[in-house]
Amino acid sequence: MKRQLPLYITFITGLAMLIQFYMPKIEFVGDIFQKWFAIIVVFAYILGAGSLILVNGQKILKASPGWGYNLVLIIGLFGMFFIGIFFGISKGPFNFLFNYVFTPLSATMFSLLAFFIASAAFRAFKAKTPEATLLLLTAFIVMIGRVPIGEVIWNHIPFLSQWSLNDLIERWIMGAFNTAGQRAILLGASIGLISVSLKILLGIERGYLGGE
Amino acid sequence: MLNKLKNIDRRIIFIFIFLAVLIPLLKPINLPTQVSQPVQNIYDFVEKIPEGKIVLMSFDYGPSTKIEINPMALSLVRQCFRRNLRIVGICLWPEGANLSREVFNLLSKEYHKEYGKDYVNLGFKAGGEPTLVSLGKVGFKELCPQDIDNKPIKELPLMQEINKYDSFALVLTFSAGVPGIKEYIRVTASQYKIPVAGGCTAVSASEMYPFLASGQLLGLMGGLKGASEYEKLVGAPGDAIKGMDAQSVAHLLIVLLIIFTNLIYFLEKAKKKT
Repeated sequence: MKRQLPLYITFITGLAMLIQFYMPKIEFVGDIFQKWFAIIVVFAYILGAGSLILVNGQKILKASPGWGYNLVLIIGLFGMFFIGIFFGISKGPFNFLFNYVFTPLSATMFSLLAFFIASAAFRAFKAKTPEATLLLLTAFIVMIGRVPIGEVIWNHIPFLSQWSLNDLIERWIMGAFNTAGQRAILLGASIGLISVSLKILLGIERGYLGGE
Repeated sequence: MLNKLKNIDRRIIFIFIFLAVLIPLLKPINLPTQVSQPVQNIYDFVEKIPEGKIVLMSFDYGPSTKIEINPMALSLVRQCFRRNLRIVGICLWPEGANLSREVFNLLSKEYHKEYGKDYVNLGFKAGGEPTLVSLGKVGFKELCPQDIDNKPIKELPLMQEINKYDSFALVLTFSAGVPGIKEYIRVTASQYKIPVAGGCTAVSASEMYPFLASGQLLGLMGGLKGASEYEKLVGAPGDAIKGMDAQSVAHLLIVLLIIFTNLIYFLEKAKKKT
């Protein structure tokens, strides 16, 4: 029953959501489930926090390598939680920590990408095959064309300046080749999603039960 | 020699990138910005919305992408306020709530807009796409009984005019991932036929082109470039235009690095042959 009950719930709710989409008379069933979802999803945050405390708490207690980082995480989690509860989140210390600690730290982490991309491009971006060369040339045009300096350089090259770089990128590379590729990926992924959803609905795919 | 160049210490590359970003920020080159069609489409559409209409703005990004997305939000709020359009703000990302508050606080003072009458911020709504579906079916009043500061929306005059998505002339989403633009396209554009436009990070811009081609997305601002184009259109140069100089030089440096590494590769290949 422990395994069967979730399977029944999944099958009934999944089927109901599917049918209500095509039958307006029972659309209210879908509305009820959507409302339930909005409530249930909030509990996911509680579960997430619980799991974070458990995983990191165990590492701190066992003094596993790098346990100091786990401690910082737990202090950050509880610190922000209690500050938010007692002082509110719109102003005061919560807002200060968000603006002057969390924001610059997050931006720094994201900015590091520029360094790694430059280093990785130098090491790996080589025209070893015709396909790689094609990719390299496209990347060149997009990378340079996507920034103002590209337009300046392009307009100074006599035989190229007769065409618009913006047109080449927007209409051809992004609008034609990229769109075609993205559509293929999108359609493929959607078909895959339908197949996985059916497998979940019919109880064939049970990964969500915890890998059983 | 070739081997030395090939295995150059990555810290040297890091220094070059650091300088390529820092120098243009300290000493701007003021490179010209050319507006692309997807960005122009958003501007033209907003300009045509009759005064007093309501726009839904979704702040679906966090501090890590603030540099890229925030200038878009600032420019769009600026344009809407200038055109006397009213705004309802919402966030599908928890971090978006604080960022949206910052944007509204800054520009409402500049344009003398009154909270509750000219704009409302509903704050973070959990649930992503299913929440968007519910907002369309159940309506804002039931799903968002309070605003970002827990004030009942019954006390906010603007919210008395909001029922479901049909209350909005346009949906604008500033998105750094999921949930974001795609979710709004699937719900508000496809199911409720409300025009959707927005901005996203440069890395995810390419994914949006099929939706631009199909007309499900009326316009798109991709990354800092898109943001700088919008700043130019609105006539309020800000962080995006400043940042484009740095991005230009950094891109140029990466291209030069790639040319350099390929040169070494071919020289090495030729040497091996001989």
